[in-house]
Amino acid sequence: MPQTGAAGDKIFRLILLSAATILLLIIVGILLMMVQNALPSIERFGLGFLTGREWKAAQNEFGALPFIYGTIVSSIIAVVLAVPLSLGIAIFLVEQASPKIARPISFLIELLAAIPSVVYGLWAIFVLAPFVRNHLGVFLQNYFGWLPIFQGRLTGIGMFTAGLVMALMILPIVTAVVRDVLETVPQAQREAALALGATQWETTRVVLGNAASGIAGAIVLGLGRAIGETMAVTMVIGNSPRISASLFEPANTIASLLAANFAEATDEIYLSALIEMGLVLFLVTFIVNALAKLLIIGVTNRANNTRRA
Amino acid sequence: MPIKFLTIKVSPAAFFFCFVLLFASCSGEPFGRNRAAATDSAGTINLQGSGASFPKPIYEKWASEFGKIEPKIRVDYQASGSGAGQKAVLAKTSDFGASDDPMSDEDLRSAGAEILHIPTVLGAVVLTYNLPEIKKPLKLSAETIAEIYLGSIRKWNDERLARDNPELNLPNADILPIYRADSSGTSAVFTDFLAKTVPVWREKVGTNKQPSWITGIGMGARGNDGVMGQVKQTPNSIGYVELTYAEANNVPMAHIKNKSGDFIEPSLETVTAAAENSAAQMPEDLRFQIADTGGANAYPLASYTYILVYKNQPDAVKGKALADFLWWATHDGERFIRNLHYAPLPRDVVRKVEAKINSMTTADRLVLRPQKTEEK
Repeated sequence: MPQTGAAGDKIFRLILLSAATILLLIIVGILLMMVQNALPSIERFGLGFLTGREWKAAQNEFGALPFIYGTIVSSIIAVVLAVPLSLGIAIFLVEQASPKIARPISFLIELLAAIPSVVYGLWAIFVLAPFVRNHLGVFLQNYFGWLPIFQGRLTGIGMFTAGLVMALMILPIVTAVVRDVLETVPQAQREAALALGATQWETTRVVLGNAASGIAGAIVLGLGRAIGETMAVTMVIGNSPRISASLFEPANTIASLLAANFAEATDEIYLSALIEMGLVLFLVTFIVNALAKLLIIGVTNRANNTRRA
Repeated sequence: MPIKFLTIKVSPAAFFFCFVLLFASCSGEPFGRNRAAATDSAGTINLQGSGASFPKPIYEKWASEFGKIEPKIRVDYQASGSGAGQKAVLAKTSDFGASDDPMSDEDLRSAGAEILHIPTVLGAVVLTYNLPEIKKPLKLSAETIAEIYLGSIRKWNDERLARDNPELNLPNADILPIYRADSSGTSAVFTDFLAKTVPVWREKVGTNKQPSWITGIGMGARGNDGVMGQVKQTPNSIGYVELTYAEANNVPMAHIKNKSGDFIEPSLETVTAAAENSAAQMPEDLRFQIADTGGANAYPLASYTYILVYKNQPDAVKGKALADFLWWATHDGERFIRNLHYAPLPRDVVRKVEAKINSMTTADRLVLRPQKTEEK
């Protein structure tokens, strides 16, 4: 039997290898196809495409900058709002709550993840946008109105509301992943920390330090979802490609532009420009994810070093 | 640590076999029926249409009602947008396309074969607004609409608006214009009306399914429902939507000044009047935008919506079914139109449509033999 076992292992290895290779091939294939289809636009507009500020499809004038700006800023808003909340929920569920409480809350969070994004969008138009216009936005302008990001006309539709709804949308996935990561930290570590006289807060810090890379993964996952979100964002961001300091002004993101226009793009150069936008989205996602990972690794390394010192 | 999954006895060879099978099923011929065939095994003729979202309710109603009369013909309509409808016809991926605005000369030339424009129903674009204090209808002209969307009228109590609305006490509030962010036949009709009547608009924005809006003025929403939702939710906003949507949502609609200087309320009657008044100007190929017609009771922002078909049908069976469907829709199908808030074609236009349907051919022979005439 040992012979067949060795052969089986070989085949098994081959299958796994081909699975990994296929993923690589798919990504390379997507990239190649996109570059090929975007070529007319790349050749015609060059680097001006990335720095242009006007998007006028009728005049074949395409500038990606406001969309890149909108994509990055709205995703940052979403992550900044969602991550602390997700961490709080996950830590509570794993470290503090009794199973009686933790189970229903976990269930509710998973339920939140199953809501289609168009429902989030509708809810955002009819509930969140008026709430921002009449309450939250007014509050922010009253107390933090000296900050340029909270100045300008308050319509309820704009970058801020889009970021807010995206935060809600990524909350379940970030929470669920962080919870699972925390659960894999060995119980012995908590017991050891407690045995050394650590408080609950200090114990949690030890646990978080050990789960850091997993948490980083969760955040990157959430960020990726935020960057790629289409429907809900289109419905509340105002779809107006502009770069303004105020978060209450309308803006637009790459994903939302593609969702709204791809089906109807009949012109060849227009279609090519939209595909180049897809390529830009690819690039933005890659860079943002890489930066996020570096940032988180840097922070956790420093935390670990200070602890050791 | 043994993982439970691996302890289940799966022979690696079987696993590999599954993998191979998966790939084989991906690369092989699809199991489904062949798309190009005119009929399937049950003898049903499938007509696939795609395009404008505006006429979707009536096309679906027609498809189901026609199916009751001709059970062998099955019409499917996919609302993918006017631009996609034109593209589908050019790429021959649908049996018929649908579009709110006529195809351009350039696109028609690139088709390589003659494409017929068959007007089916009429719609209208209305301006809806959110001014809670204003109870009587707002009156707008092409000039004031253009100035609002160009950003030169920024407040509701601007004297240019007050002049047309002496009886209204318009608030001292910023106007928020809302437009369609996606490519849309509604935008084409709206901008065509403004471009025909306001020179500055023609210069700065022009006519387009996806116009170049002035950066920093107003905001975009996706779809008629998106614009509707945002106007409903945002005080002091104004937006343009299809009449059908505005009626279904029971929102205020502005009266628009037409060529003879009257402010006209949008309704099926005023849209029909606009179509009748302009029917004589319709060109031979039926590609026509009504925008800005005159006459008492004629609403200026009315428009036709079209079904696009090749004059020479590649398949005799399908061609006959398509001609029958189009004939039925523009004749007996008319009685379903009003309930869905569309306006029917004027008599003169129906005559022109009849000639077009009768002219359809397949392999150099007429599709409809004998030729149809109106049974009245």
